[in-house]
Amino acid sequence: MALLQINDLHVATEDGTEIVRGVDLEVDTNQVHAIMGPNGSGKSTLAYALMGHPAYEITGGDVLLDGESILEAEADERAQRGLFLAFQYPHAVPGVTVASFLRSSVNAVRKAKNGGEDDPVKIPEFRKQLNEAMESLRVPKEMAGRYLNDGFSGGEKKRVEILQMAMLRPRIAILDETDSGLDIDALRIVAGGVSKLVGPEMGALVITHYQRILDYITPDFVHVFVDGRIVEEGGPELAQKLEAEGYEAFIPEPVGGEA
Amino acid sequence: MATSETQVVAEIGNEYRYGFHDPENYFFKSQKGLSKEVVEAISAHKSEPDWMRKFRLKSLEYFERRPLPRWGGNLEEIDFDNIYYYIKPTEKQAKSWEDLPPDIKQTWDRLGIPEAERKFLAGVGAQYESEVVYHKLKEDLEAQGVLFLDMDSGLREHEDLVRQYFGTIIPQNDNKFAALNSAVWSGGSFIYVPPGVKVEMPLQAYFRINAENMGQFERTLIIVDEGAYVHYVEGCTAPIYTTDSLHSAVVEIVVKAGGRCRYTTIQNWSQNVYNLVTKRAVAYENATMEWVDGNLGSKLTMKYPAIWLMGEGAHGEVLSIAFAGEGQHQDAGGKAVHVAPNTSSVITSKSISKNGGRSSYRGLLEVAKGATGSKSKVVCDALILDEDSRTDTYPYIRIDENNVDVGHEATVSKIGEEQLFYLMSRGLSEAEAAAMIVSGFVEPITKELPLEYAVEMNRLIQLQMEGSVG
Repeated sequence: MALLQINDLHVATEDGTEIVRGVDLEVDTNQVHAIMGPNGSGKSTLAYALMGHPAYEITGGDVLLDGESILEAEADERAQRGLFLAFQYPHAVPGVTVASFLRSSVNAVRKAKNGGEDDPVKIPEFRKQLNEAMESLRVPKEMAGRYLNDGFSGGEKKRVEILQMAMLRPRIAILDETDSGLDIDALRIVAGGVSKLVGPEMGALVITHYQRILDYITPDFVHVFVDGRIVEEGGPELAQKLEAEGYEAFIPEPVGGEA
Repeated sequence: MATSETQVVAEIGNEYRYGFHDPENYFFKSQKGLSKEVVEAISAHKSEPDWMRKFRLKSLEYFERRPLPRWGGNLEEIDFDNIYYYIKPTEKQAKSWEDLPPDIKQTWDRLGIPEAERKFLAGVGAQYESEVVYHKLKEDLEAQGVLFLDMDSGLREHEDLVRQYFGTIIPQNDNKFAALNSAVWSGGSFIYVPPGVKVEMPLQAYFRINAENMGQFERTLIIVDEGAYVHYVEGCTAPIYTTDSLHSAVVEIVVKAGGRCRYTTIQNWSQNVYNLVTKRAVAYENATMEWVDGNLGSKLTMKYPAIWLMGEGAHGEVLSIAFAGEGQHQDAGGKAVHVAPNTSSVITSKSISKNGGRSSYRGLLEVAKGATGSKSKVVCDALILDEDSRTDTYPYIRIDENNVDVGHEATVSKIGEEQLFYLMSRGLSEAEAAAMIVSGFVEPITKELPLEYAVEMNRLIQLQMEGSVG
């Protein structure tokens, strides 16, 4: 049984519009899955729903982690159980430094793992981990003292998302369009950071519009996502094909001709 | 440090915040209510000079003559006849920690004072009930000629200096509650810093109200002489009672040419306290005055620390935080009055309202004729945590000079679902996430606090936030 199991998942917005319309997917550690699809196909909704965003309603199906449904769990509990979402548009938290935010998050996850008892990371140990992670992601040291995402460039935000991932050590990482807004150097560093973490401890679900991030994170599986569904599955060669031919072949003809 | 913090928090949780109190064991208690006889008795009890006795009696007349303010918050429910105006808890002041009566010591132990004292204090003036009972000055301060006493001792030992300034910054008839304080004041701090002396460590006073139906009317006078510097810190937490309680302090500060004074307050009055305080400073040529004012707790706070910029090049700052929870009204802000040319002021106000709490920013910015080249900036940001809560802004601006640079910005924001979700997706509970957002919101002010107070402030915010969302 896979670590993360998505069974016939249906997701609707608050006004009842169904965005995700029956998704089946299994993600395990040591695996990279790519979900590729055109804009507006519902990829981000799937990501938010997996993380437990309150604005999206699960109207059918189930999501299991370790064989247990997580649909009743709020986002914090999902995070504590090993799920991570790298946001496409991370939010700013003025007045809270990257370092103090990370320490609080790391401690929240540690507390949950310790059966609800406080188990704060020792400060020297935390500093060491943070320094190492920042170095490997080429995040300048002074970023630790800046307010989280406050005035960050698009590229800085994405790097700090992956920095958070490196510090929290999730078991399943969902990356929502992490490649957007990154120049080629930043993309290489960020993707390299993700690749390094994929292994016996972690699997990744990479959501993207373009193939280019997959040059640096080789997917084991590629899923083509159109109109709220997975319409095609294959290996890395499918990503190449999409890059060359686009999504048109997968988009159904509009009923009744021109809109 | 971490362990003791956890313990303090646990205790607070068990005993309903700072709601613990010790058995009353008072040396002297005046009768309830206010009269000429009570004022005479206070003055006689303190063996004050005749001018102070007369000052008190005149102030009582002003208090009685003035109507209750009709602006700010609702003051109608204050029962002035049901308040003790003077209580003296122990016979004489203690010189050291060991000399303190055990019950008082116990109260302070629970508030973590000794640790704070060891680490940071240059001297502690702590007000327990109406009198300062514990007072200690480091020898190097004494050697520098710095005076740091409770106000009663200040009057006894430095009568000429006190008489020269007392009631000159805030006249006894300034407002109804300043008049009340002037009539029945007791305790508070008296500080004098000689020319050129810079006091390195913050001077701190820690005080709390601890008797039912009693008022607290401390009076503080700080004189910072030319080129001198002092940072004074007051923090207070009060136990919780069912009957309304009144705190009405007066703080007067003089900063002479080139001097600098910072006055930091973190208050967490219990939720039945009327906190009506008049604070005013005058700053002369190139002097700097800074008020850092954190208001948590209380039923109603009306407090607008003021700076009169009297000399050319003087600078004033007010940093104010107000946190209004259920049943609370924080009417706070600041005043800057530019009298001399090329003076500058910055007023930064941050308020948080939750569970139906109400916060208001009320500020005055005045530039008098002749104060050319003056600059002022007012920024007030309000954070509202739910639909039941309320925030208002009342900026009063009077400019009688053309060549000035004045700016006012106000923002109102809410904690967004997206921001909460983002933090929760990192493992933080909803309450932790909300507390983190609030802590970040007030960070421009907490970063100005001495470390232990910043820690305490964040802890208080966390306590206030528990169970407030979701």
